[in-house]
Amino acid sequence: MTNDEIVAALKAAHPDSVVQVTDFRGDLAVTVRKSDIVKVATSVRDIPSLAFDLVIDVLGVDFNRPGDRFEVVYILYSTTHKRHLRLKVAVEEEHPAVPSVTSVWPGANWHERETFDMFGIRFEGHPDMRRLYMPEEFEYYPLRKDFPLLGIPDSLPLPRR
Amino acid sequence: MALEKLQQDGFLTTRLDEVINWARKNSLWPMPMGISCCAIEMMATASPRFDISRFGSEVMRFTPRQCDVMIVAGTVTYKMAKVVRKIYDQMPDPKWVISMGACASSGGMFRSYSVVQGIDQFVPVDVFVAGCPPRPEALLNALITLQHKIENDRTLGKLFHGEQIHIPESSLS
Repeated sequence: MTNDEIVAALKAAHPDSVVQVTDFRGDLAVTVRKSDIVKVATSVRDIPSLAFDLVIDVLGVDFNRPGDRFEVVYILYSTTHKRHLRLKVAVEEEHPAVPSVTSVWPGANWHERETFDMFGIRFEGHPDMRRLYMPEEFEYYPLRKDFPLLGIPDSLPLPRR
Repeated sequence: MALEKLQQDGFLTTRLDEVINWARKNSLWPMPMGISCCAIEMMATASPRFDISRFGSEVMRFTPRQCDVMIVAGTVTYKMAKVVRKIYDQMPDPKWVISMGACASSGGMFRSYSVVQGIDQFVPVDVFVAGCPPRPEALLNALITLQHKIENDRTLGKLFHGEQIHIPESSLS
């Protein structure tokens, strides 16, 4: 199945949801409307000619720009067709939140927690929306572009010497 | 002289500090705080090729309650710092700390928000070892350096003249 056929199948299922399609040297990326991500994810998994059954990673991008500052990228793989696909969703700066795809791929659970931990993007409907790496009481999101590399002094307590 | 009589009978006289320190320094039981790749070199130090038991330190115990020296071998994150400190607090006095490698000593190449830039910020360190990772010889050298340090310790002075004996609050509760 070629990239064009994947896009055709996606557009046939959800004509209004596909915002943008990029094909860079054979790597297909489809930007989807944020509110439709669960719907699209379900079809992408369930349509037999697509069958993207494995979520390799869910990650965030901080473009540090006004408006849709963040992007969430889903890297998918089909174990039947041996193909990759990226789904993208634009996320706004104020109260960034995306519907969770854990109901579609349970494996996305920790990926979404990591993205929340690092970027502060909440995943609505996630069964356990806690930080993954940083301590629970930490107040910042380290992979945001406005976070200093060396961190914020005294934001992480050390034991007394 | 009574002293000569004693020596003929197979006794010898010395300072009590010397004996205590001699016993202590030749039987340092390490707490292997192996957090990352430095731990591999630490394991190599215990292997027959480098043979840490030549210096009386082959008994690596995985419970802090039986250890004298904590070898912090690896990158300590802020999250891990609490654990390292807790284990240090559980070790009985007298106790020492070897900070093994660049990461433990200074944060190393991880000049980052999540890594403690030197474990001396939350535990007292006796010997720092440079290297990334340090070779087993370097760790052995640190151990020997620590032995020299213990050799010159005023053990009785600390006991009888009220020189500081460190008891952390957290170990009392």
